[in-house]
Amino acid sequence: MSGMACSELKIIGFLCNWCSYGGADTAGVARFRQPTDLRIIRLPCTGRMDPLFVLKALLGGADGVLVSGCHPFDCHYSSGNFMARRRLEVLARFLPVLGIDPRRFVYTWVSAAEGAKWQAVVTAFTETIHELGPAPRVLDPDDAPLRFKEGREIWPT
Amino acid sequence: MADVAALRRTVLEILPRVDLVIGWQRGPDALRAAPLLMRNAADVDRLIWDRTCVHNLATFLPREKGKKVAIIVKGCDSRSVIQLVQEGLVDREDLTVIGLPCDGVVSQAKLRRAADMDRLESAEIGADHVEITAAGKTLRMALDAVMPDKCLSCAYPNALLFDRFVGDPMEPPQQRQDPYARLDAFEALPLEERFDFWKREMSRCIRCYACRNACPLCVCRDYCLAESRQPHYQSQESDVREKWFFQLIHATHLAGRCTECGECERACPMGIPVLLFKKKLGRIMTELFQYEAGLDVSATAPLLTFQAEEENIVEKQWL
Repeated sequence: MSGMACSELKIIGFLCNWCSYGGADTAGVARFRQPTDLRIIRLPCTGRMDPLFVLKALLGGADGVLVSGCHPFDCHYSSGNFMARRRLEVLARFLPVLGIDPRRFVYTWVSAAEGAKWQAVVTAFTETIHELGPAPRVLDPDDAPLRFKEGREIWPT
Repeated sequence: MADVAALRRTVLEILPRVDLVIGWQRGPDALRAAPLLMRNAADVDRLIWDRTCVHNLATFLPREKGKKVAIIVKGCDSRSVIQLVQEGLVDREDLTVIGLPCDGVVSQAKLRRAADMDRLESAEIGADHVEITAAGKTLRMALDAVMPDKCLSCAYPNALLFDRFVGDPMEPPQQRQDPYARLDAFEALPLEERFDFWKREMSRCIRCYACRNACPLCVCRDYCLAESRQPHYQSQESDVREKWFFQLIHATHLAGRCTECGECERACPMGIPVLLFKKKLGRIMTELFQYEAGLDVSATAPLLTFQAEEENIVEKQWL
């Protein structure tokens, strides 16, 4: 599991409340080993996913973004994931024109019972991101407004 | 190009029945036009129709909603009108569309590259050439060399939606350029170069929102996400990330709606090729959903609907 060997990267996970968040919980309760690079944001449904969330994350310094929801036909709101699938597929195909590696963004479906699948997804995606390395930064930290620089000096990381 | 006298006659005929007619007038110089809102017969004398009429006047429609409006459109502009009607952003009953055939306009950006247009003295547009005298030098150029890219790959020379058509419909001119030629060239660059290209280009953006204001389908105006505090998508910082993100808001909000009229790029005072984003999204829409925006008033935009079994989407398999 190369994802655990080197230093952590920033991966943002957008998970649907009804399936994938439960799936991640199932994996946790079952004590499956997982890389710890993923920061999870819980959504009511993948239909809530605005492609701009992903773009904001990627431009804002995330190294990878993972979106996961209910399997098609299993959406709690019946069609949220169908709508999301179209939007996210368009986004995935759009990323290369921005110069962002399309492998840094993945959307998938994991149900609340699929703890083992969740472990596999997180591990595989984290590995891909580690192979790609840190994403190129849009904004050099030195270009940041002064008050953020001061912040870094007060709380160096 | 249709006869301007015939166009004026049509406008005069329609004018009593509407609140205003939107057309073009002569702009600051011989090669520039400006939008013209005609409210009475005297205004109609200022109406022009020639190759300098580049503006997509559909931009004015959403803000005139509720009034009886007549609008003069070229083929490409009519697609924006269709899209606005399709989305219910203008009422078809309130709208009178005067359609025109058009075989191309001239691009200020291309003219500027060839001559000092700030010191333009005289200009003459012929059947297949443009002759300009600027800063004491006379230059004769082929019309194709100064047409915008969209005219070189035009597929819809006649207005697709109209109540009155002035002139004779024309055959689509021969495509002299692939509509995605520039996108293909850009996508042939390595990923890092594309990233650096946007970093450089977006750092030049002055965040004037001209692209947004010129866009016929950017209709939120005072409620634009870029200026909203709740949700606070964007700060007012002027760094490249915010400026780039603004363009991505513009592009993603137009996904499946954009007719690629190119007004955003034409309006950009910094000459940033922001149309590339929309071209890419347009091509994705064709690939995934075989959909082209602005052709059918009764169609549903692909991102507002779905199929339970998508034909062209292959989902990622794990393990």
